[in-house]
Amino acid sequence: MANTEKLVEQLVTKHGVCRNSLLPVLQGVVKEEHFLSDVAMIAIAKALDLSSADVYGTASFYSFLDTEFRGENIIRICKTITCKMKGKQKIVEVLEDHLKIKEGETTRNGKFTMLAANCLGWCHKGPVMLVNDDVYPELDPEEVVEIIEKYC
Amino acid sequence: MVSKKFKRVDLIFECKGCEPISVVKKALQMTPDEVISSIIESGLRGRGGAGFPTGMKWKFAKEEKSNDKYVICNADEGEPGTFKDREILDIVPNKVLSGMAICAYAIGAKEGIIYLRGEYNFLLKPLNETIDKFNNSLSKIGLDFAVYIRSGSGAYICGEETALFESMEGMRGEPRNKPPFPTKIGYNGKPTVINNVETLVYTAMIINIGVDEFKKLGTNDSRGSKVFSVSGDTPKAGIHELELGLNVADFVKEFGDGDTKAVQVGGASGFCVPRKQFNETIIGFEGIPTGGSMMVFNSTRSMYNILNDYLEFFAEESCGQCTPCRIGTQQLIKGIAAVKKGDMPSDYLDQLMKLTDTMKIASKCGLGQSVANSFSSIVTNFREEMIY
Ligand SMILES: Cc1cc2nc3c(=O)[nH]c(=O)nc-3n(C[C@H](O)[C@H](O)[C@H](O)COP(=O)(O)O)c2cc1C
Ligand code: SF4
Repeated sequence: MANTEKLVEQLVTKHGVCRNSLLPVLQGVVKEEHFLSDVAMIAIAKALDLSSADVYGTASFYSFLDTEFRGENIIRICKTITCKMKGKQKIVEVLEDHLKIKEGETTRNGKFTMLAANCLGWCHKGPVMLVNDDVYPELDPEEVVEIIEKYC
Repeated sequence: MVSKKFKRVDLIFECKGCEPISVVKKALQMTPDEVISSIIESGLRGRGGAGFPTGMKWKFAKEEKSNDKYVICNADEGEPGTFKDREILDIVPNKVLSGMAICAYAIGAKEGIIYLRGEYNFLLKPLNETIDKFNNSLSKIGLDFAVYIRSGSGAYICGEETALFESMEGMRGEPRNKPPFPTKIGYNGKPTVINNVETLVYTAMIINIGVDEFKKLGTNDSRGSKVFSVSGDTPKAGIHELELGLNVADFVKEFGDGDTKAVQVGGASGFCVPRKQFNETIIGFEGIPTGGSMMVFNSTRSMYNILNDYLEFFAEESCGQCTPCRIGTQQLIKGIAAVKKGDMPSDYLDQLMKLTDTMKIASKCGLGQSVANSFSSIVTNFREEMIY
């Protein structure tokens, strides 16, 4: 059995065969594979006895349940007004320059995807970004590259 | 109306009553009805934004006959400018859990769920450890109630209580019609109390310090204190617990940078208060209520950019179920851009304000309904900035 299908099977066993498990299962796949491939969504649909369109329709509602290819590490930079006021644009520029991608894109080696996010809940310590689940408040353009290097 | 003086309070983060269980034990010595009447009498209103009387909510849920009831802690905190729930869950999670347990005892629920936004996943590990210990202690004192966490996935609208239930039931986070209210038909169709993180802590503190002590704080309409998330052009950005009922002028005296032009009270879905209204505007249910978001702007900031930012936020986070909200948010962005560019005359702004009025009446949930708040308060008070 392919890895993805095995993963789905494990997750469904853990969370139970019911509609209420759909989000935890989707989240579990994203945690391992960074996005939801067609293979994953079809496997989930089968395991939970749903239509794959329903699984896709639900997943695509949520910005953290990506249905497009994503890199191994997902960088989310807060774009809300208070982070803008604290200089988030400079952070974006430094990262774009370093990773050679624009916001919304994935590096060619598949290591990083850089996305903009709505308020991350650190307005008093902006600018802020998430790398996967890790949070980095009070970002400084000088140190942001160092942070990213840790994930290479 | 007379406002209260600026006063710092320390109920949420101080550590008296942090000891897991002690306050729950105290509640268990009362009857469920006594617990509920204490919360009603305290005058506590929800701290998540809508301000519904907490005790009444618990009473309605208690009156429902059902073997399955739920207590849900709303930790989806997504309103721009709010970050206090994260801090509360990080620093005093036991107080939140105690509030949930007290509610469970009062209404007769066995299951408690914290809906934690995906942006706060870094809290999962420590929080789960605290929850395990707490659940253990509960079973030792014989309360049949256990808490677990469900994670969100980056959708602001899932903070709306019925969208949150939909999300937990494996659906798109689309708000339901109300009524029926969650206390009757909530998660899994069962009676559910859903409260904000901070509200739950205050319920525990009311049991801990007593109703009379709590009632000494605040005003008739806004009892107690509140945790404010202060950000923007301020030397004191951060979390501050203050007595309710102060006016914006006193707030600005404490938190402004000497050049404050406006304060956005209540985040993107709240109101923008311009300098000329600082004195007369009370922060609380008799004036402008807030979930805690206080963004301070000084005279270097463009109010056009700020409004545009809020509108983009709404357009992205609208669940898309109802046309006035889905299309309205997009048209507002285009509309203010057209006026700014000179493609449309300035009185087009009045037409846009009418559109927000329509959205207020015709939208299904608080998201679409509250776009008018920031839109009209910014456009009315900073009209010249919208045009030139
Ligand atoms: C668009 C929208 C987003 C909301 N987000 C939150 C939230 O993140 N946290 C919260 O506690 N309440 C939020 N609410 C309010 C909830 O629907 C609900 O009123 C609240 O959780 C009730 O708790 P309380 O009475 O303790 O305030 C939101 C409401 C709307 C309309
Ligand atoms: S008002 Fe907006 S967010 Fe609320 S249900 Fe309608 S479309 Fe969805």
